[in-house]
Amino acid sequence: MATQSSANSQNKKKNNKGKVKWSNLYTFSCFRPPPRLAEVGQPGFIRVVFCNDPGKHRTKPYKYCSNDVTTTKYNVITFLPKSLFEQFRRVANLYFLLVAVLSVTSLAPFSPLSLIAPLVFVVGISMLKEGVEDWHRFIQDLEVNSRKVKVHIGDGKFVDRPWKVLRVGDVVKVNKNDYFPCDLLLLSSSYEDGVCYVETMNLDGETNLKIKRCLECTLRFDEDIKFSKLKAVVKCEDPNSSLYTFVGNLEFGDEDELNSSYSLFPLSNSQFLLRDSKLRNTDYVYGVVVFTGRDTKVVRNSMKSPSKRSRIERKMDYVIYVLFFMLLLISLIASVGSVQYTDQEQTVEQWWYLQLMYDTDASFDPRKPFVSGFLQFLRALILYGYLIPISLYVSIEVVKFLQAMLINNDQQLFDEMSGKSVEARTSNLNEELGQVEMILTDKTGTLTCNQMEFRKCSIEGISYGGDVNEIVRAASQRMNIDIESYRFNLDGDESVSTPRDSVEMVEISSDQINESKNSILDGEHDVKNLGATGIKGFNFRDKRLMNKMWVHGSNVWDMMMFFRVMALCHTGIPVENEEQSGSHKLKYEAESPEEVTFLIAAQEFGFQFCRRTQSSMFVKEIDPSASEVEREYKLLNLLEFSSSRKRMSVIIRDEFGQIFLFCKGADNIIFDRLGDGGRTYQHATTLHLANYAEDGLRTMVFAYKKIKDSEYEEWSSSFSKAKAIIGPEREELLENVSENIEKDLVLLGAVAVDDKLQDGVTECIDKLAQAGLRIWLLTGDKKETAVNIGFACSLLRHDMHMFHLSLSRDVESKNQLKAMKDDILNQIKASYQVTTNENTKEDPFALVVDGKALEIALTNDIKDDFLQLAVNCASVICCRVSPKQKALITRLVKKYTGKMTLAIGDGANDVGMIQEADIGIGISGMEGMQAVMASDFSMPQFRFLERLLIVHGHWCYKRISKMILYFVYKNIVFGLTLFYYELYSRFSGDVLYDGWYMVMFNLFLTSLPVISLGVLEQDVSSDICLQFPALYQQGQKGIFFSWKQIIGWMGNGILTSLVISILNVYILSPSAFRKGGQVVDIAHLGVTTYTTIVWTVNCQIVLIITHFTWIQHIFIWGSIFSWYIFLLFYGALPYSKREYKLLVEAVGPAPMYWIVVLLVVVISLLPYFIYMVIQRSFYPMDDLVIQEMKHGRKVVVDDEMWLREKKSSRKATHIGVSARVDAKILYLKDQLHKKRMFIIKSTTNSPIRRSITINTLENRD
Amino acid sequence: MNCTLKRDADMNEVTNGASKSKRISKKPQYSRFTQQELPAWKPILTPGWVITSFLAIAFLFIPIGLVSLFASERVVEIVYRYDQDCVPEMYRGNVTAYIQNSLTNKTCIENITVPKRMDPPIFVYYQLDNFYQNHRRYVKSRSDKQLRSAAYEFSTKECEPEARLNKSRVSVPIVPCGLIAWSLFNDTYNLIMKDKVLDINKKGIAWKSDTKVKFGSNVYPKNFQSNDLIGGGKLNESIPLSEQEDLIVWMRTAALPTFRKLYGKINTSLEAHDTITVVLENNYNTYSFGGQKKLVLSTTSWIGGKNDFLGIAYLTVGGICLFMALNFILLYVFKPRPLGDPSYLSWNRKAVN
Repeated sequence: MATQSSANSQNKKKNNKGKVKWSNLYTFSCFRPPPRLAEVGQPGFIRVVFCNDPGKHRTKPYKYCSNDVTTTKYNVITFLPKSLFEQFRRVANLYFLLVAVLSVTSLAPFSPLSLIAPLVFVVGISMLKEGVEDWHRFIQDLEVNSRKVKVHIGDGKFVDRPWKVLRVGDVVKVNKNDYFPCDLLLLSSSYEDGVCYVETMNLDGETNLKIKRCLECTLRFDEDIKFSKLKAVVKCEDPNSSLYTFVGNLEFGDEDELNSSYSLFPLSNSQFLLRDSKLRNTDYVYGVVVFTGRDTKVVRNSMKSPSKRSRIERKMDYVIYVLFFMLLLISLIASVGSVQYTDQEQTVEQWWYLQLMYDTDASFDPRKPFVSGFLQFLRALILYGYLIPISLYVSIEVVKFLQAMLINNDQQLFDEMSGKSVEARTSNLNEELGQVEMILTDKTGTLTCNQMEFRKCSIEGISYGGDVNEIVRAASQRMNIDIESYRFNLDGDESVSTPRDSVEMVEISSDQINESKNSILDGEHDVKNLGATGIKGFNFRDKRLMNKMWVHGSNVWDMMMFFRVMALCHTGIPVENEEQSGSHKLKYEAESPEEVTFLIAAQEFGFQFCRRTQSSMFVKEIDPSASEVEREYKLLNLLEFSSSRKRMSVIIRDEFGQIFLFCKGADNIIFDRLGDGGRTYQHATTLHLANYAEDGLRTMVFAYKKIKDSEYEEWSSSFSKAKAIIGPEREELLENVSENIEKDLVLLGAVAVDDKLQDGVTECIDKLAQAGLRIWLLTGDKKETAVNIGFACSLLRHDMHMFHLSLSRDVESKNQLKAMKDDILNQIKASYQVTTNENTKEDPFALVVDGKALEIALTNDIKDDFLQLAVNCASVICCRVSPKQKALITRLVKKYTGKMTLAIGDGANDVGMIQEADIGIGISGMEGMQAVMASDFSMPQFRFLERLLIVHGHWCYKRISKMILYFVYKNIVFGLTLFYYELYSRFSGDVLYDGWYMVMFNLFLTSLPVISLGVLEQDVSSDICLQFPALYQQGQKGIFFSWKQIIGWMGNGILTSLVISILNVYILSPSAFRKGGQVVDIAHLGVTTYTTIVWTVNCQIVLIITHFTWIQHIFIWGSIFSWYIFLLFYGALPYSKREYKLLVEAVGPAPMYWIVVLLVVVISLLPYFIYMVIQRSFYPMDDLVIQEMKHGRKVVVDDEMWLREKKSSRKATHIGVSARVDAKILYLKDQLHKKRMFIIKSTTNSPIRRSITINTLENRD
Repeated sequence: MNCTLKRDADMNEVTNGASKSKRISKKPQYSRFTQQELPAWKPILTPGWVITSFLAIAFLFIPIGLVSLFASERVVEIVYRYDQDCVPEMYRGNVTAYIQNSLTNKTCIENITVPKRMDPPIFVYYQLDNFYQNHRRYVKSRSDKQLRSAAYEFSTKECEPEARLNKSRVSVPIVPCGLIAWSLFNDTYNLIMKDKVLDINKKGIAWKSDTKVKFGSNVYPKNFQSNDLIGGGKLNESIPLSEQEDLIVWMRTAALPTFRKLYGKINTSLEAHDTITVVLENNYNTYSFGGQKKLVLSTTSWIGGKNDFLGIAYLTVGGICLFMALNFILLYVFKPRPLGDPSYLSWNRKAVN
């Protein structure tokens, strides 16, 4: 709707808008030092683009790649070989392949199908997954590649063409809010002076729009028809990945005077439009294609998506190696044993009944004992392959798939707003979620929702818009109880002497509480009202200012000046409000979103900025008489905002001919420039600013100055002079000149804008911090913004030691690597010393690094120092970080700390980081799909991270760990019993069990319980996971899949297999096992041993599982039961050999069979059971204790102990809201204590100094 | 600000407009399974459970142990090793030669004494030692098909090297083929008590499923032991395999190198101190590989033959569990750990340290 109507209004607005020459508003236009022209044509700078003549690029040497971008890994032809190759790079798969090949030979102890089928399954599933993922990528590519853009086809005609057919040299026209299809050179725009606005959020996450400006010479090509005549050649650098530089020149000749005058114009980054950035606030631009497809800077910045494997899986590889070693060992023993027996000279005679000399079997050939031994070895490799179960891989795939399904279907991970849910895009990494220690997060769109809101202001030293922040509120609420008891003590101690004082003392907090209660109510009102009126960007409520109530204030003049600054000192323009055309409210567009909120706020306060012409600004004002008048202000000069100046000023002349300078900027900058008469409110404003800043609000200070005509004239001439200078010193000069006028200002007040956080971000960060996670903020945005957000989401607080790592100015200007390195290294060293100092060791530290410094800090020789420092800090904020740097930091952190890192972001600039981190999460809310496409999990909002990690991560980690350990155990038990029988059969390689038993073991008899363990196990329920974030640390420490655990379970498996084999052999042989005098043969021993194994492993899992739903019950008991069913059916088949009627006739009726099974099962499980009992009695794990706590009490929610433990389970942390509240409480208590001491003193002394009491109270702030 | 406003507008459009119905369908359906809220039994290993389970095992195992030990005690077993005694003095130096020479006198007479009264049925076993019936080459070497039916006389593939015989240049199958049958045990026992021959019933010693199904009543031995190399016993070619129960028993390959096999049953009772004279034909060659041969007479109980190990194992486990149970009872009496004692939580423990 909005886009449509804007399109409608586009035409009628066009003329109107076109009048404004933006370049006049901007006094410091973006002139950089001229590009290094000399380099063009040198190696690395040889690209030639024939503008408007793409035909020339069809042949070499000017044939460049097409604009068809593919991100797929495979194509139809390469898929099979390439993905197969990928699959068989895994050692385990290679082993299984070997076994499968061998199984077709006569060596195999069982049917080849039982070996080949699971291999095909595992490899097939993995390949299918790869294929599907690649298909998605293909579809995405297809969508992107077939987006339409208008391309010049000659004679000034533009037609829609898909992106992929674009060729270097094409002239394209891009409309408002469209993405640029490739890297373009800006020729002209809808604005007369050829500027356009570009949003680069996808590239660097910055919300500010960037201004790009075309060359003067191409300015006139601003209509379709004019392009028939364009002829130009661009010579520029070769494709590279640097987003912020572009070097080249434009050879441009006028059609009229062909061949005669080719003039050379330097090109710089400001004419360069990057693919994946968006055109904003500009109706259309024309540009010529310079880089296409793979050559574009964005694509060059992207990395191949690596395939990730979870740590547990990687560790499992080592487990597999151990098992493989075991397998080799026992195979070796088997073959050596076999050689021993066949090699002896007398063997043939001795073991006459084997007739080894006749028609001999190759594996028992006494004439070639070593060949036989080798064959035996191969056979053993296959036979004891049960130690390395391929079914483990199958089961893990199945379990992870189901786990991912459960995550996808969790209703509590569903966002009603966007209608999206958390989605596990790959199921490989589920268990990694439970082990994360480090979160690297993007800011814009991830923590914030990229919306600015006007929140508070301080005018004339009075703060409006609510005073008490949430931290104080929470602290005083918690304090309240303490205060009561405290007061009681006081009363008791001092009896009746000081009732008044103590009451007053309590007033500190109760006042605040009352106030805060009010403000809570207010806040709620605000929200409701906002919902009703729908004023976006304005979340402010204060009766004193709203509805023109301010006119009744005391100092209306300053008030009005304040609002005028708000309404005039900006670069915005009003746009008609399409939605409410009836009302007089306007909407605004400006370079930065803060300015828009100021304009909206000014409008709400009655100063509506309504029109702008080239030289004037019109504001509808409220007079002190409360009537509305429209005033015209002549805009004399605009002193632009820049990051070094940190302020912006306008000089205007009002209707009465008075000249004013309105200035807004960062507090310290403005305070430095206040005149002696302008500091009236400075003290109060400073206090308010501190409060605002602690709330994470972005503050800005307003000041003004009245300028005498003469003074202005004088200054104006020097300013014009400076402006006329062309050259590198121009900027500096202008800055100096502006400084001359921006002084002796009068402070008016300050405003605070909220970069709105997404829902639940603070709580989520709080919980994550309590769970022991570290959170680093990596943003492309500027330092101030990043720090603000740091405060807003409690990553920073004011009592932290904050280290700012940045290049000092003079070092930066020299641009010498060595000096910069030294500078940074010194800073790092100094900071590091503070962190390790005994006195301050326990204090919270924070590190703020900006992009330039980071670049230096991440160079090889000092990165270790940097990381050492960073790891010591409670929170780390990196600002102005490029996508590549984000990825680099991620990699380094991962490598240096060895901790599990998770990266979360929403834009294309986060892709590198997302791919690099152990787990990458993409926010699937607002912008593009790149981050989501690259991610492992996608979620609509940041807050879902809490549940995803602390609940699902915790569960999945435990499930997978338990499952793998159990799998290892179960297969050791089974595989080793096979081996032990070898010892009884002269290493001949005979198998105790029937071939079908072997197949059944992993297929049916033990598979489902372990899958139910992997999918449904819960140590504690989800709400307890959330209440006890400390449980998450079990995953971080990796205690459920440690080598201790692995070795323990292997040991348990070996012990169990020994118990089973030995007991069965010794009990069942040699005497009769039935009343009928029958003795056991192979089939009987085999079936009894096998029965005990089935019972043992299935009962073992009962001891492991702590959460039995009907599914587990059915699977476990069903598995055991199905063994008997299988025996019955198999025994009934007439062609079964040894197993014919085994259960019915032989073992079933024999009591011996049953009591042997009972005995062996109990003995096998007894060691583990005793271990478990002792461990739980003396060294219980946290989850067990919590289970018990929960178990012991029916109603636990309000239980005091429960609450206390809930609290103390939090990891000591310096970040998060709770930590801040705690710190505040400590502070308040301290104050209270001081006060109390004071009262005691004052009661003994004379009670004169009440004023001092008040002072101490005020000092609290 | 334009950018954000526009985006919001777009978003609202998306969420409010066309996709409203879509949004609803996208929300995960509620089910207790997908929300992981299935009702579950969450057992906790409380001291009560621990003690109960140890006691339960103890109270179950000790009686079973006692009963089986008692049953085992009732079984009377006579084991008599004869492989050394039955070699005449002169051949002791070269036993293999003696046993392989078909001309030597293999008959051997020995006396054994009955230690306790033995009630019928008394089972007569032969026990071989160090004989690998479970050797893979040996185990495989049989043809179940051939044994089952005369029609499959020629399916002798698995029987190598005892599969076929060249009889006047024609390859004829050996029935029963294979190493197992070929090496049939052929010592014979005759028991004489008080000058009366004890009747050893050799019928009914094989599994029913073998005599009825696996060994055909129309399959007669053919060409058996007529090769140059003679292994073990010979078979009467006029009796079908299904009735040759000693062969059937032999063909049930033993699982372990030391094994007994039923020889027959005696249906008269033997009194204590009775002396039995065993007249045996010592034909079978276990000497070359140093295997022992034993004659075993044994009664049975419900657990089968003599088996003290089972009872002892049961008693031991029962005893251990009882011991554990007592320990834990004492522990919980004197030093109880309250269930869910928060001082055991890791963060509290850390604080103490």
